[in-house]
Amino acid sequence: MTDWKFMARQLVKNPLSLAGIIIIAIFVVLAIFAPLIAPPPEGHLNHYMIPRDGYSATPQLPSEEHIFGTTEGQYDIFYGVIWGTRSAFHVGLVVIGIVVAIGIVLGSLAGYFGGVIDEIIMRITDIFLAFPALILAMAIVAAIGPSLRSVMIALTVVSWPSYARLIRGDILQVREEDYIEASRGIGASNFRIIMRHALPNAIYPTLVMASLDIGAVVLAAAALSFLGLGAPEGYADWGQLTSFARNWIVGPSGDPLRHWYAVTIPGLFILFFVLGWNLLGDAFRDILDPRLARR
Amino acid sequence: MEDLIKIRGLSVRFHTYEGIVHAIEDLDLDIRQGETLGIVGETGSGKSMTALAILRLIPYPGRIESGSIAFCDRDSGGELELLKLREDRMRAIRGNKISMVFQEPGAALNPVYTIGDQISEVFLLHRRQELGRQAKQRVDGLLSDGNGLAASLKRPFWHWQRRLYEKIAQESNPFEPRFLSHLPLFRRLLWRLTDEAKLLTVDMLKDVEIPDPARVAIHYPHELSGGMKQRAVIAMALACSPELLIADEPTTSLDVTIQAQMLELFRRIKVEKGASVLFITHNLGVASEVCDRVSVMYAGRLCEVASVEELFLHPSHPYTKALLDSVPMPGKELRTIPGALADPLNPPSGCRFHPRCPNAMPVCQQERAKLKEISKDHMVACHLF
Repeated sequence: MTDWKFMARQLVKNPLSLAGIIIIAIFVVLAIFAPLIAPPPEGHLNHYMIPRDGYSATPQLPSEEHIFGTTEGQYDIFYGVIWGTRSAFHVGLVVIGIVVAIGIVLGSLAGYFGGVIDEIIMRITDIFLAFPALILAMAIVAAIGPSLRSVMIALTVVSWPSYARLIRGDILQVREEDYIEASRGIGASNFRIIMRHALPNAIYPTLVMASLDIGAVVLAAAALSFLGLGAPEGYADWGQLTSFARNWIVGPSGDPLRHWYAVTIPGLFILFFVLGWNLLGDAFRDILDPRLARR
Repeated sequence: MEDLIKIRGLSVRFHTYEGIVHAIEDLDLDIRQGETLGIVGETGSGKSMTALAILRLIPYPGRIESGSIAFCDRDSGGELELLKLREDRMRAIRGNKISMVFQEPGAALNPVYTIGDQISEVFLLHRRQELGRQAKQRVDGLLSDGNGLAASLKRPFWHWQRRLYEKIAQESNPFEPRFLSHLPLFRRLLWRLTDEAKLLTVDMLKDVEIPDPARVAIHYPHELSGGMKQRAVIAMALACSPELLIADEPTTSLDVTIQAQMLELFRRIKVEKGASVLFITHNLGVASEVCDRVSVMYAGRLCEVASVEELFLHPSHPYTKALLDSVPMPGKELRTIPGALADPLNPPSGCRFHPRCPNAMPVCQQERAKLKEISKDHMVACHLF
């Protein structure tokens, strides 16, 4: 348990990692209490659909009723960004969770057994890595039909190879250690050696990369949504909100910043979310570095 | 004395890009019950490979090409051919009947687990039935003593645990506990097994003379000194009272004072547990301290095997003589063996030692010498005899 205390102390000690924790904590609170912060109107069936106030294309300035204003199609920006936090966590955590799981299984098989298995798995990852990630993701979403689920599938497909590769490399390094030989010498099975001896020593770089990548995945999902390849229209999603504001980035002549809020507010949410995970990832790297002196 | 291990015609080769490396060639070696057999030789002479071959842990791209290793199991009385055993039966032997102590005590311990965790693992792998029996007794005690509200609430769980431990104690790998051990929450029903293993671990640490064993057990490897780590590694190897303990240069990385303690420990263990020890070293002084018999290897081949006194007083193979001559002595100029160690990729023809041998004859270049018994228990592979 002293390890946990040590980690907690390290996290709080560095102001940047503390900032990361606070940012992510705020987003967690926003996501959990979304129904209280932005209560859905009476009779609203799907809470993830942003309520709209009319059908006019021109965004409305922030007002009493819509504190962040409305975007194209009179969707309420405040409601959108608050409920969009849930979408962001959903996409980021699910995609990274699946990707890490695939990476651990394939990477440790390839790294531990080597030989033909390694060759087959690594050549498959090479094929996937040969495509530009975002373009491949776009093609996949376009092929299976735009929706939030397709975006998640596409992002999973394009990001697992780098995890498989990373874990393979670390397992390959750990495999040569004497304690792996020693655990073979006490009669442990291959499965046990991978799970109990190799992975715990090889997993840290992956955890760091995963925490950094949650932000990156959300960013990629927002990019796909911005291109119209994401959630259905009106679904609370930051990428979609920026997409609505695409025509209003520059306002009418003589007042170019008239509709600043339409693109800036969802943009800031994306920015802080990604920044928070990046700071947290750096903090993880500092904590999990085994060369760091403990106690 | 009965032979514990009989190695016959063992050959190990490494298929590398540069060519085939003959790590061990046609090795015949016996390890007797209760003796300490030393293997001495230079780096690359195949000492460690012999040890790894017995455990069948030759690393890729090495392969055991031919030969046989017979293991006389004291408990079952039967003779097992280790090289033909199925992998799962071999796993049941490693760490249980034959165990190994590695050279670097620091590297042989997993940095992410405590000493106690790592030694318990040996018990959990090989002594499950005994642990199950003890855990069941403990639960039985709780069931008969437990009174009051808390106990009556816990009673159903104790009954379940008792049933599980009973199964573990009876069968070798029962289905229900094995299935539950893969489920996150139910796994905790089996925690008493780990607890019993921890108790045995503390006893084991006490056995290798670690002061305050209960406290050391919860330390991580990097928190201990080199000597302590080596003691922990030895405790791990001895956990299941193996019949053969293989020690691969166990004292090389330690201070001389700690070395002396380790040698003392090995001697005591051998007497107490009645185990045979295969002691691999390149230090002749250490070999003379602990071994009953010593074998000398050169470039993957056996040169000479004899009892310690015989070997040190009457060395017969020219290589053994040269080795003994090159031991540094105060007041004497250090003599070295001329030439370099045989290239394992292109070994010399005939006797591998002939390019460096002062007594080389024409026949040495063509033919390798067979192992001959020149006096009782003294075998030499040389054309001189």
